[in-house]
Amino acid sequence: MTKLLRLSSKILGLSLAFGLSATASAQMTINGAGATFPYPIYSKWFDEYAKVDPSVRFNYQSIGSGGGQKQITAQTVDFGASDGPMSDENLAKAPAKILHIPTVAGADVVTYNLSGSPALKFDADTIAGIFLGQIKKWNDPKIAALNAGVNLPDQEIVVVHRSDGSGTTYIWTDYLSKVSPEWKQKVGTNTSVNWPTGLGGKGNEGVAGQVKQTPGAVGYVELIYALQNKMAYAEVKNSAGKFVKPSVESIIAAVATAQIPEDFRFSITNAPGNDSYPIAGATWLLVYEQQKDAAKGKKLVEFLKWALTKGEDMVKNLDYAPLPAELRERVLKRVDEIKI
Amino acid sequence: MPIAVAPERPAVRSTIDRMAPPSSFGDKVFKWLTLAMALAVVALVFLVGWQLARGSSLAIRRFGFHFLATSTWDPVAEQFGALPFIYGTAVSSLIALIIAVPLSIATAVYLTELAPPWIRQPIISLIEMLAAIPSVILGLWGIFVMIPWLRDHPFPFLKKIFGWTPFFREPIYGVSMLAGGIIIAVMILPIITSVSREILRSVPNLQREAAYALGATRWEVTRIAVLSYAKKGLFGAVILGLGRALGETMAVTMVIGNTPQIRASLFAPGYTLASVIANEFTEATTDLYLQALFEIGLVLFGITILANLLAQLLLKTLGSTIKSGAVQ
Repeated sequence: MTKLLRLSSKILGLSLAFGLSATASAQMTINGAGATFPYPIYSKWFDEYAKVDPSVRFNYQSIGSGGGQKQITAQTVDFGASDGPMSDENLAKAPAKILHIPTVAGADVVTYNLSGSPALKFDADTIAGIFLGQIKKWNDPKIAALNAGVNLPDQEIVVVHRSDGSGTTYIWTDYLSKVSPEWKQKVGTNTSVNWPTGLGGKGNEGVAGQVKQTPGAVGYVELIYALQNKMAYAEVKNSAGKFVKPSVESIIAAVATAQIPEDFRFSITNAPGNDSYPIAGATWLLVYEQQKDAAKGKKLVEFLKWALTKGEDMVKNLDYAPLPAELRERVLKRVDEIKI
Repeated sequence: MPIAVAPERPAVRSTIDRMAPPSSFGDKVFKWLTLAMALAVVALVFLVGWQLARGSSLAIRRFGFHFLATSTWDPVAEQFGALPFIYGTAVSSLIALIIAVPLSIATAVYLTELAPPWIRQPIISLIEMLAAIPSVILGLWGIFVMIPWLRDHPFPFLKKIFGWTPFFREPIYGVSMLAGGIIIAVMILPIITSVSREILRSVPNLQREAAYALGATRWEVTRIAVLSYAKKGLFGAVILGLGRALGETMAVTMVIGNTPQIRASLFAPGYTLASVIANEFTEATTDLYLQALFEIGLVLFGITILANLLAQLLLKTLGSTIKSGAVQ
């Protein structure tokens, strides 16, 4: 008993000493908040970066893109993060100019539950038709035309979508708005929308769970989630007329061929190019062009440069798509313009 | 005895006399302190209400009464109506009460009136454990265990028997208003059972004995001497359960289907007020959208308060028929 006591007092003493030394070294904390989709890669970056520069610590709260945009506008964080670019209206509310720094890209995949799990192919028309509630049966001629040789059952299609607001839904509806005028007019693009049909599942796991449980269901989840859970997913016809399987490579191809404007508020859905997967999107860090705190600003810029060079090399391990080299150069140049 | 004490009496009295008059300072502090605490709770309720109203002022001005009466929820076009969510909250809570109340009260009666002691404690512990299961775990269990089972067995059965009513008509997906109600029932069972058990335990044994003395059977004793005596308290237990049911979020979100629509069929997916806040708050980027979600919160707050007020009113009318105040 006394031994135990002595041991625990030693441990207490040690931890106290460590605690004191940590505060003594006056570590700088840079706060960020926003998107949940890139959270795994960001926290990996912050971990790795702590080894590169131990004097700075990053505190990132994955509260959602809406929260990220709000907090950077209100200047309660040093950087924000969002899965969709900020609207002109929201940018106008910020006290100063906010820069969009794209970091990584991802994709939505079409997943389904059919007996025998045949490999299926979809195109813009069929996906929009299904999600608008116009294609109701699996043996619809439109689906059958794309999938010759597959025995499609006379079964009702049960649509499953995300019920929570998400970047995944933003990419999905952005794609549908681009390829279907009817979708654009009736539903539109947002992190959550007024769905014409279907059941709502919370999170990737909610959608995946409901698709898995419901015979005849079709839904969309993040590629990363599908890869890590070894789910089956469909090939989708891109704007060049080729059927492409979603993968890190086909996302990179989409980013490389997409038109990217100077402010980096781009969309890579329905990108041109033979190898581009059409339902993909990027995620952004949001920083002020004019940094208020010089010391923090300097550290933040150093981190951004590291993330866009060394950091990008480790994103593939977590199944994200890194930015193509040419775009990285452009973004790095923009980071250099941040005023401290 | 008195004789032995008698000589000491004056001494005692003089000691009391010599003591300072009883200080009321401590009493006063105690009184004001507790009053302050009680007022703090009241202030908190008002603060929450005020904050919600302030946070949704734009939406209130824009939509007015239509917010409560329309069914479109379109974040893109910024058209917001809360009716399907109000409906979903009301119906799912009602289903939960219909399932949970008889179960909980029967369990409580069994535990206090009939169960042999060796079986009582294990059951009580199990019920308390049910209360300790986190909501999100119940939700996962709901998706992966309850929903497939409901879809394959009880739902088709219900459809076969009651398919002629509008309530069990539509196609069965599993996720549905009924599934949401069932999972809420599981969550409010423990609280209604525990409170009911405490109330039944506080029924004086004299009541039971008197009934037995009149030749009542066990059922009659339970009905006349116990249940009707404890009516008021049991009602309070149900209201506590209702309060939880209205605000239940996580598990419900995972099994209710999250579709803002009003359907008579309990097999159709629904949506609740709490669920839409949990689902959409984090990614709401425009002001009006965020404010509409705040207003949803305000509506839920209002409904909870309304439900409690109604309960108080009912309790009063109940109270006038029962004289006993033993159960508070």
